[in-house]
Amino acid sequence: MNNLGLQLLTAVLIGIGAGYLGAFMILRRMSLVGDALSHVALPGIAIALLFNINPFIGATFALIVAIIGVAILERKTTLPSETLIGIFFTLSLALGLILTPEPELLEALFGDITKVTFNDLILTAVSVVAILLIIPKITKGLVLGIMSKDLTRSMGIKINMINFIFLLMVSVVVALGLKVAGTLLMGSLVIIPAAAAKNLSNSLSSYSLWAMLFGALSSLIGIFLSIYVGFTPGPVIVLVSGAIFLITLFFRPANN
Amino acid sequence: MCYNLHMEQETVLNVHDLSVTIDNNKILNDLNFFVKKGDVLAIVGPNGAGKSVLFRTLLGLFPYSGSIVWGQGLKTNYIPQKFYIDKDLPLTVREFLEFKNNNLDVIVRSLVSVGISDDSHGGHVEHYVREHLLQHRLALLSGGQLQRVLIAWSVIDNPDILLFDEPTSGIDVGGEETIYNLIEKLRVERNMTVLLISHDLNIVYRYANNVICLNKKMICFGQPNLVLDPTALSQLYGGTVGFYKHEHSHE
Repeated sequence: MNNLGLQLLTAVLIGIGAGYLGAFMILRRMSLVGDALSHVALPGIAIALLFNINPFIGATFALIVAIIGVAILERKTTLPSETLIGIFFTLSLALGLILTPEPELLEALFGDITKVTFNDLILTAVSVVAILLIIPKITKGLVLGIMSKDLTRSMGIKINMINFIFLLMVSVVVALGLKVAGTLLMGSLVIIPAAAAKNLSNSLSSYSLWAMLFGALSSLIGIFLSIYVGFTPGPVIVLVSGAIFLITLFFRPANN
Repeated sequence: MCYNLHMEQETVLNVHDLSVTIDNNKILNDLNFFVKKGDVLAIVGPNGAGKSVLFRTLLGLFPYSGSIVWGQGLKTNYIPQKFYIDKDLPLTVREFLEFKNNNLDVIVRSLVSVGISDDSHGGHVEHYVREHLLQHRLALLSGGQLQRVLIAWSVIDNPDILLFDEPTSGIDVGGEETIYNLIEKLRVERNMTVLLISHDLNIVYRYANNVICLNKKMICFGQPNLVLDPTALSQLYGGTVGFYKHEHSHE
């Protein structure tokens, strides 16, 4: 497989996974978390680079630590979790900026899909398939949990468990997507395609499908466009998703 | 003090010395009551009396002391008072009901059974449900229609017991009685037991055969026209509420 094919396939798969998970992030009013979460990966990457470990492992580890933090915050609902997330996640970005070795910094911040390997593709494919299989099984709990936690619990659904599985999926897709959009922008690839999808959808099924499609399209168009303009793909991909969002604004269904 | 209209019916719920303490505050104190099959038990009391906490405790969502014994193999469904549905939530009525049952015919039947009607066209109900309502976004239903869809949702999997926290919050006064009539109709049709929290004593007299007056502790328990006397009511609401005697009429 040539390098462009590898890039496209990996990025499109990431777009699908990120869009799908982003759909639920937005419903759960976790857009800020989605965006800020990716920042947490930077100190993880930095420490991994310093100790000569695979940066992906460092990023995943940092993200898992962060989602455990979020899960604890979510249980203590009296705390303004958005504020705390806003503070701690940007602090970790600052820490990561200092720790990351200079030569790797740009790639860590914005990603570089041109350096993707065949192993990355396999790992991405397996993870995205897992996401597509697992999320439908917890959709009911995720959506009902937004409407009424008491009701959901009364049905014997373990909300905390579901939240954790969900955030685990999110950190996997963010860690994988760092290759595509970097720690600064990966969160946008989770949130923006889903936000665009919400503008077009009445039903949960069309919402998820549009979110996946827009994620995939952003990656696809973004990579071709980045070759054409000669710029790093990450920011271009995110800008494409932004353009899709702006277009969908004109198609918002009237409220009634 | 415990009167019951049908002593021969099996007990579906037995509560002994139930107490709930949250953050060192006693929210519920030594409750004792039982519920028989087919009962409509109303729980009344002022704000902060612990009514919703009682429901949540019965459902096993709060730690408690004492004992709560449900009848074996009984299915209990719950409709909470607060239900957050964002105007933008992309979820259709059909998808909402499919969380419980995937069979389209069962969904349509349960929606028809709760008296869903087409306000604008007055056409055939089943046609309206299939072609319009099911594709509707849940968030865009009117208060009354949403309440009916919630009720359809709560009975679609044939519960034995229904716990209903303020069934008519968010519904205009005229619509309240219709909702209670609907609950009563479904209770009879489906042979259910109903526990409901209400703020309206008229409703209690009319639909409940047993009542619990709750203000952290149990002030009364029994048939409404026997136990809701001036003493109980003044204890319950602090003495300032004028007692109004219910005009009794059995249908």
